[in-house]
Amino acid sequence: MPTTFTLNGAQQTLDAPPEMPLLWAVRDLAGLTGTKYGCGVGLCGACTVHVDGEAVRACLVTLDEVDGKTVTTIEGLDPEGEHPVQRAWRELNVPQCGFCQAGQIMQAASLIAAKPDITDAEILEGMRGNVCRCGCYQRIVAAVRHAATGI
Amino acid sequence: MLNHLPEHLRPGARDAARQSIIMRVDRRDVLKGALAGFALGLFARPATAFEPYPTGGLEMPRGLVTDPLVFVSIDPDGTVTIVAHRSEMGQGSRTSLPMVLADEMDADWNRVKIVQAPGDEPRYGNQDTDGSRSLRHHVQSMRQMGAAVREMLRRAAAKSWGVEPSAVTVGLHEAQGPGGQRAGFGELAEAAMVEPVPAFEELTFKDEAAFRYIGKGEVQITDLRDITTGAAIYGADVILDGMKTAVIARPPVLGGKVKSYDATETLAVPGVEQVIELAGAEAPVNFLPLGGLAVVATNTWAAEQGREKLKIEWEDGPNAGYESGSYRAAMDAASQAPDNIFREQGDTPAAFAAAAKTFERAYFQTHMAHIPMEPPVAVANVTADACEVWLPVQSPYGAREDLAKDLGIPIENVKVNVTLLGGGFGRKSKWDFAIEAARLSQAVGAPVRVQWSREDDIRHSFMHTTSVERLRVAMDGKGKVTGWHHTSVAPSILSTFAPDSGYQFFIEHGMGHVDAPWDVPNIRCDNAKAMAHARIGWFRSVSNVPRAWAVQSFIAELADELGRDHKEMLLELIGPPRKVDIATAGMPEDFWNYGEPYEEYPIDTGRLAHVVEVAADAAGWGASLPEGEGIGLAVHRSFVTYVAVAARVKVVDRVIRVPEMHFAVDCGFAANPERIRSQMEGSAVMGMTLALHSGITYENGRVQQSNFYDYDVVRSDNFPERVDVHIVPHPFSVHASGIGEPGVPPVAPAIGNAIFAATGQRLRDLPLGTEV
Ligand code: FES
Ligand code: FES
Repeated sequence: MPTTFTLNGAQQTLDAPPEMPLLWAVRDLAGLTGTKYGCGVGLCGACTVHVDGEAVRACLVTLDEVDGKTVTTIEGLDPEGEHPVQRAWRELNVPQCGFCQAGQIMQAASLIAAKPDITDAEILEGMRGNVCRCGCYQRIVAAVRHAATGI
Repeated sequence: MLNHLPEHLRPGARDAARQSIIMRVDRRDVLKGALAGFALGLFARPATAFEPYPTGGLEMPRGLVTDPLVFVSIDPDGTVTIVAHRSEMGQGSRTSLPMVLADEMDADWNRVKIVQAPGDEPRYGNQDTDGSRSLRHHVQSMRQMGAAVREMLRRAAAKSWGVEPSAVTVGLHEAQGPGGQRAGFGELAEAAMVEPVPAFEELTFKDEAAFRYIGKGEVQITDLRDITTGAAIYGADVILDGMKTAVIARPPVLGGKVKSYDATETLAVPGVEQVIELAGAEAPVNFLPLGGLAVVATNTWAAEQGREKLKIEWEDGPNAGYESGSYRAAMDAASQAPDNIFREQGDTPAAFAAAAKTFERAYFQTHMAHIPMEPPVAVANVTADACEVWLPVQSPYGAREDLAKDLGIPIENVKVNVTLLGGGFGRKSKWDFAIEAARLSQAVGAPVRVQWSREDDIRHSFMHTTSVERLRVAMDGKGKVTGWHHTSVAPSILSTFAPDSGYQFFIEHGMGHVDAPWDVPNIRCDNAKAMAHARIGWFRSVSNVPRAWAVQSFIAELADELGRDHKEMLLELIGPPRKVDIATAGMPEDFWNYGEPYEEYPIDTGRLAHVVEVAADAAGWGASLPEGEGIGLAVHRSFVTYVAVAARVKVVDRVIRVPEMHFAVDCGFAANPERIRSQMEGSAVMGMTLALHSGITYENGRVQQSNFYDYDVVRSDNFPERVDVHIVPHPFSVHASGIGEPGVPPVAPAIGNAIFAATGQRLRDLPLGTEV
């Protein structure tokens, strides 16, 4: 049963089992590798994408659940790669290995979109599902704040 | 599908630097032509700003390469391409080393392109990216090559203008002549390359004050943009035409085998194509695969589904009885009867016999797994007589050698492309996953990606060892320490490579054990037997983790026992500033100083004491704190770097929080302070994780943990929100030392000591748990 959805602004039809996680559909079938596998069980956030604008764990969302919806991955967050969160990440030189960062950025982008006047406590809580094994949390938190407030 | 790969990662790509113009001319002709008109030493000048010094880099397999033509090329448009030959896993060496070279050659960083070298040590020199060695071993060769290219450009400009080279100056990305002539690097590239490569003695080096990038910490990491847009390519991101994906069901117990299996349901899963049995290595396993059953499919999901449906009966083998609780008790008993002494300074038994007081404690640490954010993954394409792999690997040449051997393919026909590593921490120094992928590609006749799940990663890691460290001191009537006795018991990394003797070896003992720097007349270091039942491997900072944990907790306990200030006690034990004289310290013959010549990198107690003072001052040592808060201190020298940490702990509703950490770091010359800071920030987090969270335990030979459910890490809701990093400033003459690992070991004891200060509870077992 093919699934049709909007992927980074373009219509995408994938002929795959409906219960295939969006993560593997996006990576293996659509060939978009910016979205990462880190745990497969919703505990690390490396696979975070937006479905209809909201951050979700692509390893927990199945293909049939996005039928007719709009999916945005890190590659489609901003056509020029200049989303305020991406810019903040670069200004603060956030990443170490970088592997978790697509998920972090997608999570942060949706947090800020939902609440532009986000508080520090809300940032800490809102980012807790995104693991960074390299330990970039100080800069991640600072970059979210920077993207939200310009500070 | 291949368009997403950068050029150098595409199948069959030629070696990095060979692609650009400077390498297109045949070197033999170049050398002949150049030597004809060149008198050696003509342009010799003293290398005033750079006194070369020996490092362990010379002793590494295939040593150091200083030929700039291997590392640098310049295109006519002025683009300077610099080869990164070390693997990038977040430590920043892919940026920092080329940055050093670029600065010394006066290249404009905005016009520098970095390409990653494949695994080719005969060409690039040693590529083992571990042991915190990249800057330490290669900062000199990068400067040398940069200076050589600058000199070649200068000579080329001089010739074209008919002036003496001494009349030409090199500025940012261009040469300038005495009559106002100017030529960019691109214009000069072709002529510069027919210049012979100048010897070290002919080079001039920049004054440190003239550095543009070195020591400034203002350069962004080279992959920053790609990382933030999802374009950066890690191991799993290599997609080849016709590629299959495989996942492997590995024996749950080390040394186990498949007894029988039924793959009927697996093969019925749409997308699953084959089930292939992989042979497991006999002990010692080295970096060979563990064996098991591979499910080969058209995509990852199908492979995963297929694996779940496998029915396997395992034969567990000799390690089925491994059980963490009883193993710990056995290590503890062994630590009370050490039988192998390898440092004996003075007469420790006499010191204990004459002691007015003795004090003894034992400390424990479980196994741990590295869990890099990117689990192990490999892509291989093996054809009849050739093999090409794409690996997030720390040791690409080691992988290449083993692949050649395992596949029976000549090493010249094996190519190892190095992708970015989504974290390494020592796990990716081991290339078992590469051999799995290559064997499977050979078997199915198509490119294969082997993807490890997080569960695979946690259960089948090369485990950080587990240990009991027992410490005893003898004191005289005034409470002065007269004897120090440290017994370390832990299964050895060596058991992965050689028949297990049960004893740790000299490299493990060099890490915070025999190198005890204390100003104590009698010191004994010994060990006892502990046979390995897991695949033991090195984890970031290696044996320094349990040693710093034990020693730095112990000194704080001792201070408390004697009613003394911990910092004062620590400084008294460190003693007066001196270079520890290893000739009179009763050191073992094979004393291991991280592979460095001792004269160049001695144990300097002045530097050790200094970082203690800096960290303590920064944290406000001695100030009175609110109820439930405390500051803890720890210091440790590892990878020839000195790091002290002062951690502030706050216990809220029994939950341990560590809101603040102060790092004082003396790593000699700081080439890229920005990445030094980021490594310390990361060390604060990883150190807090291993202090509070991460423990691997075994039952019936099986790892009990499987994913972030039961092997959690520090997250943004409780992490060291403030990490201040104080880097002790030094000129280039103070040798650069390690950075990737030395930040981690002092973190856990600083936290443990702070918990004691906050609550009066002394915890001795790592991990401590998240609550007191
Ligand atoms: S891979 Fe989806 S949350 Fe970890
Ligand atoms: S940057 Fe490496 S896991 Fe976050």
